[in-house]
Amino acid sequence: MACIEARGLRKAFGTTIAVDSIDLRVEEGHILGLIGPNGAGKTTVFNAILGLTPYQGELKVLGRDPWTQRDQLMRDACFIADVAVLPRWMRVCQGLDYFAGVHPRFDRAKAEGFLAKTTIQRNSRVRELSKGMVAQLHLALVMAIDAKLLVLDEPTLGLDILFRKQFYDSLLNDYFDRSRTIVVTTHQVEEIQDVLTDVMFINRGRIVFDCSMEEFERRYLEVMVNPENIAAARALKPIYERQVFGRGILLFDGVERQQLAALGDLRKPSVADLFVAVLSNQSGAAQGGAR
Amino acid sequence: MSTPSNTVSGIPVESQAGAAAVITAGRRMYWSVRRELWEYRSIYIAPLAAAGLFLLAFVTGLTLSPAHRHEGLDTPYVFAAALIMGTGFIVGIFYTLDALYGERRDRSILFWKSLPVSDLTTVLSKFCIPLVILPLLTFAIALVTQFVMLLLSSGFSVGPLGARMSFFHMSLMLLYHILTVHGLWYAPIYAWLLLVSAWAPRAPFLWAFLPPFVIWGVERIAFRTSHFLAMLQYRVTGPEPPTTVRSGNLMEMISALTPAQFFRTPGLWGGLALAAIFLAAAVRLRRNREPI
Repeated sequence: MACIEARGLRKAFGTTIAVDSIDLRVEEGHILGLIGPNGAGKTTVFNAILGLTPYQGELKVLGRDPWTQRDQLMRDACFIADVAVLPRWMRVCQGLDYFAGVHPRFDRAKAEGFLAKTTIQRNSRVRELSKGMVAQLHLALVMAIDAKLLVLDEPTLGLDILFRKQFYDSLLNDYFDRSRTIVVTTHQVEEIQDVLTDVMFINRGRIVFDCSMEEFERRYLEVMVNPENIAAARALKPIYERQVFGRGILLFDGVERQQLAALGDLRKPSVADLFVAVLSNQSGAAQGGAR
Repeated sequence: MSTPSNTVSGIPVESQAGAAAVITAGRRMYWSVRRELWEYRSIYIAPLAAAGLFLLAFVTGLTLSPAHRHEGLDTPYVFAAALIMGTGFIVGIFYTLDALYGERRDRSILFWKSLPVSDLTTVLSKFCIPLVILPLLTFAIALVTQFVMLLLSSGFSVGPLGARMSFFHMSLMLLYHILTVHGLWYAPIYAWLLLVSAWAPRAPFLWAFLPPFVIWGVERIAFRTSHFLAMLQYRVTGPEPPTTVRSGNLMEMISALTPAQFFRTPGLWGGLALAAIFLAAAVRLRRNREPI
């Protein structure tokens, strides 16, 4: 069963088209990174998936229509929509009480366990906590829910690198168990590259790239080309070229490893590099042509 | 545009889903109401403060002029109840105006919507506060205040309980008045404020009070009548008792309608129907609205 399935998902605000009839299928047990520039439509897609906004087209999340069945959906799905949406007046213990009171799949002992690893006091109000602690609290609450789908929209925005690393570490080690599905969006692509099983690029409301990380590692190679080989390298049709310290770094799609190794130093490309490559190629091509 | 599922073999979700606790609608409602009391502590602090201040003034009055303590004994009792009820009414207005606006303003609506609580439950729990919680709370506080007053005044000279009305009778009438007028009769007022709170892009206070003012003005200029104003007055002052008993004291007057008369008042049912419409609209709006 697909966890999320969308066909022709479309959402317009007035004349601005935020999501331009996209098709999307996320299988269960995957960790999908949805990467896109600001205003690409990521949050709108998420809002549609979570039943926060009406949409056109077909969309099923865990077999339900999110717009009409949000409250039922939220028994099996949960989300962290950016940082700092926890109500500032709430005490930590009140949050625990409330979750235990309304959520059928919330395991209070588990949440207490996660909180015990932090310095968060049970009696503190959210407004007294630092930004990083609020993120920790939210994650502790959410990870104690035995959910099938977790949606994270910029969950680590504004946190320092230590908190960010810790956030994804605990998500992977304490939460993800291959029966859950996680969809995450962030601008710090390089930090979650090793976490993802799939990656998807979205731009101007359309999905412009979509592949599994296995396929990504198989297909894409980056070569720091020796200057004398640059012409030969260009002949192999790199999808992107950039200059670092006067040497060309070329990104190739589906070219044999041995062939490239002869041209210079092979490097593992980052998702961020591919993202830049795909988006700059796309802005050159006709809109949506890269699909 | 599909994600191939070759990386992880699909484990059936059903077998993984642990035993989920059963959460009844009543329990969700209970926790939603408790949540409101956590957030808006003025719901109980303000009437308590009013009662405290009143008692302070009452004690001061007793000590400064003990000679007057037998004069019109029920008047301060009614005044205490009126003060606490008035505070409750004002708290109810500010509470309902902020209830669905505040969560959009501070973006916490995204947090609340990430929980399996429907918009209907949320709006109803917020409506419960002025309809049930505030009346019961103001009654309890008024009762305790009056009882303390009784103890204080009889502590000075034993025996003379207000002869005209037994304390018990007065309390029952107060409860009746609070539940009928402050709960049921004011329901459309609170529902309207909730609706504005769910809709207003900003300044809900303005949006709540400007439209009635405009309607009154337009009616006055265009038709030279003031039916709308009369309607509002009727709603705020409460169902009118028959004119024959209006000469009685304040306490008798406010509870002069018998339950049979009260529940036969068309204004009550019209008001409740209007409240239901406002609430349904508020539920729909809450589903649609995004953080400001």
